[in-house]
Order: sequence, then structure tokens, then C-alpha cells
Amino acid sequence: MVNLLSGIALLLIILATCGFIGYIVKQQKKIFKWSYTILFVGFIFHTLSIGYQYYTLGAVPVISLKSALSFFSWCIIGVYLIFQLRFGLMVLGSFLIPLAAVLMTISYAMPGVEMTIKPLLQSIWLPIHVCALFIGDGMFAVTFIAAIMYLIQERQIKRKTHGSFYSRLPSLETLDSINHFSLKCGFPLLTLGLITGVIYAHYALGSYWQWDQKEVWSLITWLFYAVLLHERLVLGWRGRRAALMSIACFLVLLFTFIVGSLWLSDYHSFRSLQDRAGL
Amino acid sequence: MIKIVSIGMNHESASLELRECMAKDPGNTDRALSSMRESEFIREGLFLSTCNRVEALFITEDPENAKRSVISMMSRLGEIPEDSFTSSLYDFKDMDAVRHIFRVASSLDSMVVGEPQILGQIKDAYHQAAVEQKTSGVILNRLMHKAFHVAKRVKTETSVSEAAVSISYAAVELAKKIFYDLSGRKILLIGAGEMAELAARHLMTNGVDTLVVTNRNFERAVQVAGTFKGKPVFFEEIVSYLVDVDIVITSTASSEYVITQDQAKNSMKKRRGRPLFFIDIAVPRDVEPSVNDLGNAYLYDIDDLKGVIETNTEQRKQEAVKAERIVTEEVIKFEKWMKTLEVVPTIISLKEKVETIRKAEIARSISGLNGLTPSQIKNIEKLTASLTDKIINDPILALKRIAQRSSRDTYLGMTRKLFNLDKDNNGEN
Repeated sequence: MVNLLSGIALLLIILATCGFIGYIVKQQKKIFKWSYTILFVGFIFHTLSIGYQYYTLGAVPVISLKSALSFFSWCIIGVYLIFQLRFGLMVLGSFLIPLAAVLMTISYAMPGVEMTIKPLLQSIWLPIHVCALFIGDGMFAVTFIAAIMYLIQERQIKRKTHGSFYSRLPSLETLDSINHFSLKCGFPLLTLGLITGVIYAHYALGSYWQWDQKEVWSLITWLFYAVLLHERLVLGWRGRRAALMSIACFLVLLFTFIVGSLWLSDYHSFRSLQDRAGL
Repeated sequence: MIKIVSIGMNHESASLELRECMAKDPGNTDRALSSMRESEFIREGLFLSTCNRVEALFITEDPENAKRSVISMMSRLGEIPEDSFTSSLYDFKDMDAVRHIFRVASSLDSMVVGEPQILGQIKDAYHQAAVEQKTSGVILNRLMHKAFHVAKRVKTETSVSEAAVSISYAAVELAKKIFYDLSGRKILLIGAGEMAELAARHLMTNGVDTLVVTNRNFERAVQVAGTFKGKPVFFEEIVSYLVDVDIVITSTASSEYVITQDQAKNSMKKRRGRPLFFIDIAVPRDVEPSVNDLGNAYLYDIDDLKGVIETNTEQRKQEAVKAERIVTEEVIKFEKWMKTLEVVPTIISLKEKVETIRKAEIARSISGLNGLTPSQIKNIEKLTASLTDKIINDPILALKRIAQRSSRDTYLGMTRKLFNLDKDNNGEN
């Protein structure tokens, strides 16, 4: 059932990705509208699939890398749909949706493991912890993509060679404000995710902080984003510098997410979540 | 033999300093025109002086002497010795001069090909010559009207004029790619020039609402600020305004940088990363090119802007060819007209001769015919006039027809002999 739902979702999202890429090449609004509709339907199937998993598992389905990637991809698409409503920036999808599609394809291709859930994972704090972090990560994915778009566009303007991206990409100001906006949204979510994690750890494990590798890296990620936000708000960082910094931040975040989850972490790793060794 | 001659200098032939010397005083045009009127060698004259061009166009029967008197007039106006600028002059004669003035009027000879102001400047120059100083005559009047006609044709039939407009359009597009929304943005306009003002105007119609104008000559700044409802400031205040504005358009005649990298760097620090867009329309440049390397500062000079729009070079070339074709077409038409002009004196003396004969004959007969009522006299007048008109009508038409042929001179000579137009007194006997 889950496989069928996420299979349909994946198919639709890949179709939408092709549409979004077609849109940036052809620049026809019709293509965008179709892609957007297909993406939306795909998102509904994806939501059903995740909802079904939640229903059968009784917890947010993020305890294997397969499901975590799928959930991350769902968050990115969700955040994109919100941004589309907020900024109406069609070209953003052409950059963001391929990312979501790649993550989802990886997730789909991974061997499924039967997930069983321990009573420990069934706490009210866990869904908040996980959702806040994942939606925050989705926001940061937008920050990252906007930064890349900014750098491409800035390069075109500085070099005075207006290639095919020049007319297709939005203005520097727009990209910078998307970068800023998604950072402002993502940071409180990241903070909330970390705090609820700490509280949850207190209830579940009896101590707030265990110096687990993933905890440490999450804190480092949080500090990176805190510095970026601080520089933006207090020192008035903008444009290129802020863009470079947000790319660096996102790389740290990815490192934390993938490397931290797979190898470094103690009780946060998916293996230990599965093996019932941790927690 | 009547010759059309044009001599002058433009952005290609002469340095900026030289052009400035010539154009520095707005009263120069009037002085030039009255000096041309006084010259015994010049029959009709027109003087054009813009920031990129100083040029005299005149009709003469003695081109060499006329040229000499124009050059000495230019030397007096610019207060510079003749030999310091004669090498920077171009001169055109006859149909080359016609072609030249057609190209100037259609903005094909401008620094920014297709810029729209030159036509207005030529119209002003013509107005000064024709109405105020009355130095233009039959040929110049016709020539200038044809020049306006050519300019109009080039404008409507080709897209050449879009190039200049598209330079300021490109500036607007760039500004939108940097700022997205232009409303509430501020422009600093340094110096004054056609292109700079055009760009400023374009930006303002796209939402920019505050304009600060500066000029070394503060009066000029006040004047430009007036037309844009902007705010004039002193030239020395530029650096402090760099912190405040979003777009800087420079167009001064300065040979040194008006804004150096250091100045821009300091301002960028104070701006806390707010982007600043420099549009440098001046040649030579006003803004140090390395300003573009500063973070959040974007510098485009006129060549960069041209480069931006020259994506469709092939089509642009085609349009230029089309424009030159229109000019050539009109030059040929004008040449035809000039040639008919050469048969005109013969036609006029033919008509005059016939009219004199008619008048003399009527005067002689009327005294012998007493008792004629005024209406009868009127009828006789009418009868004789129509008689003479009809007799010479065919010869006149024939002369007009052969006006463009090489055999024209033979025909003219024969006509003058047959009707004895050159030795009127002998003919009477």
C-alpha cells in the first residue's frame, strides 16, 4: 500500500520535475501550470503515503534513511508549495523540485525494511522534534537553492555575459529576500527541533544532552545558521556573502543529516534505530 | 557652379577637448551664422553644434574660399589656432555632403547610432538659420526638409533607432534584475548628456521616483534637475550621495575618473551591502572599471550596455543596410532636384523675356486703340498672356525633362541662343 502510494507520488513528482525543467527551457507559463498541478497531485499521494505510514507505525516515519529521505523530500515540496503561494516565483520550482525528486528516487530505490516501533518512540515530543527539524531543513533547502540561483545570476550580471539564465532567473533582490525569508523561517524551526529533542531526551533517556555525534553536529549546524542570521540581521550581510555562507551552512546540514545519521551517531543512527540497540 | 559643402568635426574625427572648445559657448551658433552671412563666398549657411559634433553646412559657388572663411570663423569661435584643428576636420562636397547631412539627421553618424536627440538638435539649428538669422535659402531649405524626411523614414522603416532606446532599455532591465522593484529607488545623475538623461527618464517611468542631479556647472545641474523635478547638489557632494542612492548614471566630459574604486569601496561599506548600480555613459569613462569587482556594486559602461543588446548582431546589420539604402535613395532624388535647379535660370529668363515682349507690345498697341472699356483691356491682357504661356510651355517642359540628362547643357545653350536670352539688348534690334 505504502509502496503503491509513494510509487504514484514519485512518478508524478518526476513528471512534474520534467515539466519544471521544460518550463525553464521553454519559458511557457502553460508548462508551469501543468507541472504545478501534477506536482500538487503528487504531493497529495505523497502525503497519503506518509499519513498511512504514520497510521500503521504510530510515529512519524523517519526511522530509516529510506523513510527519512522520503519525508525530507515531502517537506521540501511542501515548503516549495508555500513559497510559490508567498512569492509566486515559478522558476524556483525548476531548481527545488529536481532536488526533491532526486531525494525521493533514492529513497524509493532503497530496500525497504520492516519497521517496528518501540514504545519509546511513541511520545508527543518526537513528532514535534522530527517535524520541526525536517520542515526547517526544507526551508534551508530553499535558502540553499536561492543562494545558488543568486550566485549564478550575480555572475551573469558581473561578467556582463548574459547567457540563457539571465532572463530566466529572477532579480538579485528577489533571490536575496527569498534566502533571507527562508532562513528566518527555518531557524526557529531548527531551534524548536533541537529544544524538543533535548526535552524528549530528558524524558526518554533521562539526560538532556549526551554528547552524541549527531547532537554535536546538529549544534554546530545550528551555530552556523545562527551566525548567518546574526550577520544578516545585525551586520547587514547581503547578496554574495550571505549566499556563500548559506551554501556552507547547508553543506554542514547535509553532513549532519546523512553522515551523522549513518555512521557517526550513537543512538540517533538509523541502524541503531532499527537494531533496537539504541534508545 | 553651386556647391553644397559640409565641414566639421565629430566624435570620431576630433578629440573631446577640441569639440568642447568649439561648443563651450551656446551663443556660438548665432555668431557663426552671422559670420557666414557676412562672408561673400557663402550664399546659404547652417551651423550645428552639439556635444558630439560641430559642423557647418553651406551653399557656395567658390568652395575653396568659403571653406577658408568657415575655418577661420571656427578658429575665432573656439579661440584656438587654425592648424590645431584642421587635421581633425572632415569635409564633404555636393552629394557626399547631402548624404552626410542625411546620415547625421537619421542618427546614423552618431556616437550612439539611432539616438533620438540629434534630429531635434538639427531642427533647432535649422530654425536658428532659417527663422532667426535668415541664412538659409532655396537649396538649404529643401535640403533640410529632405533630411528631416529621411530621418523619419529611417525611424519608421528600420529598427535602427531602437538601438539607442534599447541601450537605456537595457539599463532599465539590468536595474530590474538587480533591484526587482524600482519604485522608491534613487538615481544620482552626474553630468548631463542625451543618453544619460534618456536613461534617467526611462528609469523614472519604470518607478524610480527620486533623482539627484549634479554637474561641475551648478547652474546646469539646477536646469536638468528642473526638467526632472529632481534635486540639484554640488559636484563635491557626490561621495556622500553614493551612500544614499541606488543607481548612479555618469556622463561627464571629465578625462579622469569621477568615481574611483576607493571612493566606491568606502561608500559600499557604509551602505551595508545594499547593491549599487553604476551606469557609466561617459567616454572616456567616469567610473573606475575595478568598481565592478566590489561586492554588491555593479558597473556597466556604454560598451557593456551595447554588448548586452547586441545579441542579434546579424539583424542589426541588416537594419543598418536598410537605413543606408534609404539614405542613398533620397540622395539620388535630391540630386535630380539639384539638376532641375540648373535649368531653372534659363526657364526664368525665357519667361521673363516673353513677358517683357508681351508687356511692351500691349503698351504700344493700347495707345492706338482708344475707347476700350477696362473689361476689354482686361480681356486683351488675358488673351496675350495665355498666348505667350502656351507658346513657351512646350519648350519649358522639354527643358525640365532633359534636366537630368547629360545633353542638358547643349539644350540649355541652344535655348539661350534661339531665344537670345544672353544678349537681350542686341536681340531687340
